Amino acid sequence: MDPATRRVQAADRQWRRAELIQRVAFALLFIATLLVALASVLVMGLILIRGAPWLSWEFLTTMPARGMRAGGIFPAIVGTLELIGLTVVFALPMGVAAAIYLTEYARDNWMNRFIRLAIVNLSGVPSVVYGLFGLGLFVIFCRFGTSLLAGALTLAIMTLPVIITASEEALRSVPQSFREVSHSLGASRWQTVRHAVLPFAVPGIMTGTILGISRAAGETAPILFTVAAFYVPRLPHSVFDQAMALPYHLYVLSTQIPNIPQAHRYGTALVLLLLVLSLNVLAVVLRARFRRKRQW
Amino acid sequence: MRWRRARERLIETLIRLSGFSAIAIVMLIFVFLLKEGVALFRTVPLGEFLTGQRWYPISEPPGFGVFPLICGSLLVTIGAAMLSVPLGIASALFISEIARGWMKELLKAGIELFAAIPSVVLGFIGMTLLAPLIRQAFHVPTGLTALTGSITLAFMAMPTIVSITEDALTAVPRGYREAAMALGATRWQMMVRVLLPAAGSGIVAAVMLGIGRVIGETMAVMMVTGNAAVIPHTMLQPVRTLTATIAAEMGETVRGSDHYFALFAIGIVLFVITFVVNLIADRFLHREQR
Repeated sequence: MDPATRRVQAADRQWRRAELIQRVAFALLFIATLLVALASVLVMGLILIRGAPWLSWEFLTTMPARGMRAGGIFPAIVGTLELIGLTVVFALPMGVAAAIYLTEYARDNWMNRFIRLAIVNLSGVPSVVYGLFGLGLFVIFCRFGTSLLAGALTLAIMTLPVIITASEEALRSVPQSFREVSHSLGASRWQTVRHAVLPFAVPGIMTGTILGISRAAGETAPILFTVAAFYVPRLPHSVFDQAMALPYHLYVLSTQIPNIPQAHRYGTALVLLLLVLSLNVLAVVLRARFRRKRQW
Repeated sequence: MRWRRARERLIETLIRLSGFSAIAIVMLIFVFLLKEGVALFRTVPLGEFLTGQRWYPISEPPGFGVFPLICGSLLVTIGAAMLSVPLGIASALFISEIARGWMKELLKAGIELFAAIPSVVLGFIGMTLLAPLIRQAFHVPTGLTALTGSITLAFMAMPTIVSITEDALTAVPRGYREAAMALGATRWQMMVRVLLPAAGSGIVAAVMLGIGRVIGETMAVMMVTGNAAVIPHTMLQPVRTLTATIAAEMGETVRGSDHYFALFAIGIVLFVITFVVNLIADRFLHREQR
């Protein structure tokens, strides 16, 4: 065999080996991905299958009974809805205003790099530390006590970085020419923001806000010492009342209350999951619709 | 006209104030943690707090050593990282480079859905499903162990790691891929020798952010790790993390007691750790952009 053929054959073998390695590697990558994706399907499927039979109108709309082992989860649902409603009221204006500052007003100096750094770190603070902070500032220092107000403020601060980041992105995606036209017509800076920029950023801001809120709705650690009541026999009357909340209720049911039908826990988990996921789906749909309708 | 000027000035002031609020909040958090936490160090010196091996906050004499808790957090975090980093990077490679069309979208959605599941729900599933499995598989007295915590948390870190790694991979210029392929590399060789190094700093950032999430995770970890404040020797032992300690004990403390101060001091430790981790992640993210 002449050396040229041998070299060709060697190269061929090498290529085949590389191909084989690639095939094995791709298979492994596929398995890894499947493992992760399947786990999420498994978790959700399981909660759906075991929780769905327990769902009933009664479960959703009555008070807990017999040491929370029976009855419904009505106060927890109401508590969570009130909590996230209040959270939006506090977090949205401040978050959007901060984003407007960062995109429309701030120049690129050390102060604003500092602000950005603060936002990055804020989004990394552990949720239980937000809980401690809420306890220290709102519950004790401001004397709000363990209340809806203290909890919503804590959750609002936790949600703030999400809203700021999303709003900033939405504001930045509005073309610069919109601002230039508005200025050239004699509009002031605020008028420009208000009429030529903000309206076009609304869908993006809404998407980000809903995503932030869906996270807040599922959080337990920040409300542990600021709002959550183990059991309250009535609905909160004012923002200074304690309230039950779905995530904390699930925690209580699964760790503090023995001899409870497993389905009761799964049912509660399902309601929480449905609430959080429907918020997520809403955000995704909003984003998709907006992208399709965008005209520039 | 003058009215409108005044109103605009007011609105712009509010906007500016909101802009600075982020800094104010970070400082407030730190101040309030310090305010409540530093009081502990009047009775327990900082060195003893960090290296003490006894965490018995309510016995007599009390022990306020957080070393076992730090070990617990570390063990769970390392275990979670060992699982989630390889799996996460592999998934990101598959999704960004190999999967196409509907499969890509489906896998992406499947992994992103994980990020949406509240941590109590994952903790609940870990308790009811994973813990019995672990107990049977390893013949240990309880399924609530560091390993259970690591597996649960690995899945919580996964969405962060996958999505940021994927962004980093997508950001690698097309020319790199084409050049590697033109030199006769297989796609796998191209991924390993060109793509991964080129996306390196983004991947480091992804890993750091994932780890930051794991260290700070509270509810799931509290529900599945068994909460025993001892220095762990194996993964199959109950442990207690820094976060779980705060969450589990704050409800039972008396305001103004040493125990109460100690929990805030743990909060300071956590705040500092996550601050550093996020700072590093941010550095690497920005290196990517340049």
